[in-house]
Amino acid sequence: MSMKISTRQVDGVTILDMSGRITLGEGSVQLRDAVRDLLSKGSKNILLNLADVNYIDSSGIGELVSAFTAVRNQGGELKLLKLTKKVHDLLQITKLYTVFDIKDDEAEAIGAFSRA
Amino acid sequence: MDSMAIRFSYTLDSSLDSVNKVEQAAEELAQKSGLDEDRTFQVTMAVREAAVNAVLHGNAYDPQKKITATFENTGSTLIIRISDQGKGLDPSTLPDPLAPENLLSGSGRGIFLIRSFMDEVHFKLLHPGTELTLIKHLDSTQKSA
Repeated sequence: MSMKISTRQVDGVTILDMSGRITLGEGSVQLRDAVRDLLSKGSKNILLNLADVNYIDSSGIGELVSAFTAVRNQGGELKLLKLTKKVHDLLQITKLYTVFDIKDDEAEAIGAFSRA
Repeated sequence: MDSMAIRFSYTLDSSLDSVNKVEQAAEELAQKSGLDEDRTFQVTMAVREAAVNAVLHGNAYDPQKKITATFENTGSTLIIRISDQGKGLDPSTLPDPLAPENLLSGSGRGIFLIRSFMDEVHFKLLHPGTELTLIKHLDSTQKSA
């Protein structure tokens, strides 16, 4: 039921490889803590790899939005990588597909950061 | 047909464990009822959101308050009722999560998703509490199988 997050750096971008569920409770809190931790360390270019996130609920969607705005408010960028069909559909239903910058290719996603 | 009818219910504490239990029961019922993967996901997620609302917004994790989840397959329809013992929810007061001013809100999408995924959603004030009735018709899936 829980979520795992591992972190790696590529060309000034921090990639969070996430797997499992982002739901009320553990998954949402883990995502919030991970993004907060990165921002406190000055890492403001964040790519969330959701390839192995097979489930997300409204709390998880809200947490993605909160992470997006928190990073943007710090002058950074948060992008999403490799959505599963379910997550893709949920972001489309909630009209968030146009809010997030979403990529399918990691190299393309990394190249899309402005690195101000 | 009566032989296909299924009905069971749980009365549970206001906890995340209860949310997970109700979610799992919904998934099992949807699968047993012959829904395909997409529609099973829709029912499971809608029921989870309703249970989260009951535990979090309705009962506010109050250990003195319970949630009740009733699952029914009439043979042609899935009917799931989730109730809490909270203050009561007036759905007309909920902001539209698709409105531009709400799009970046960190919450407020649960009821919207429930309505998106179910064929019918009904709210009933219980004094105290709220009962949500979620309905999914089975017939279209059975014909397409």
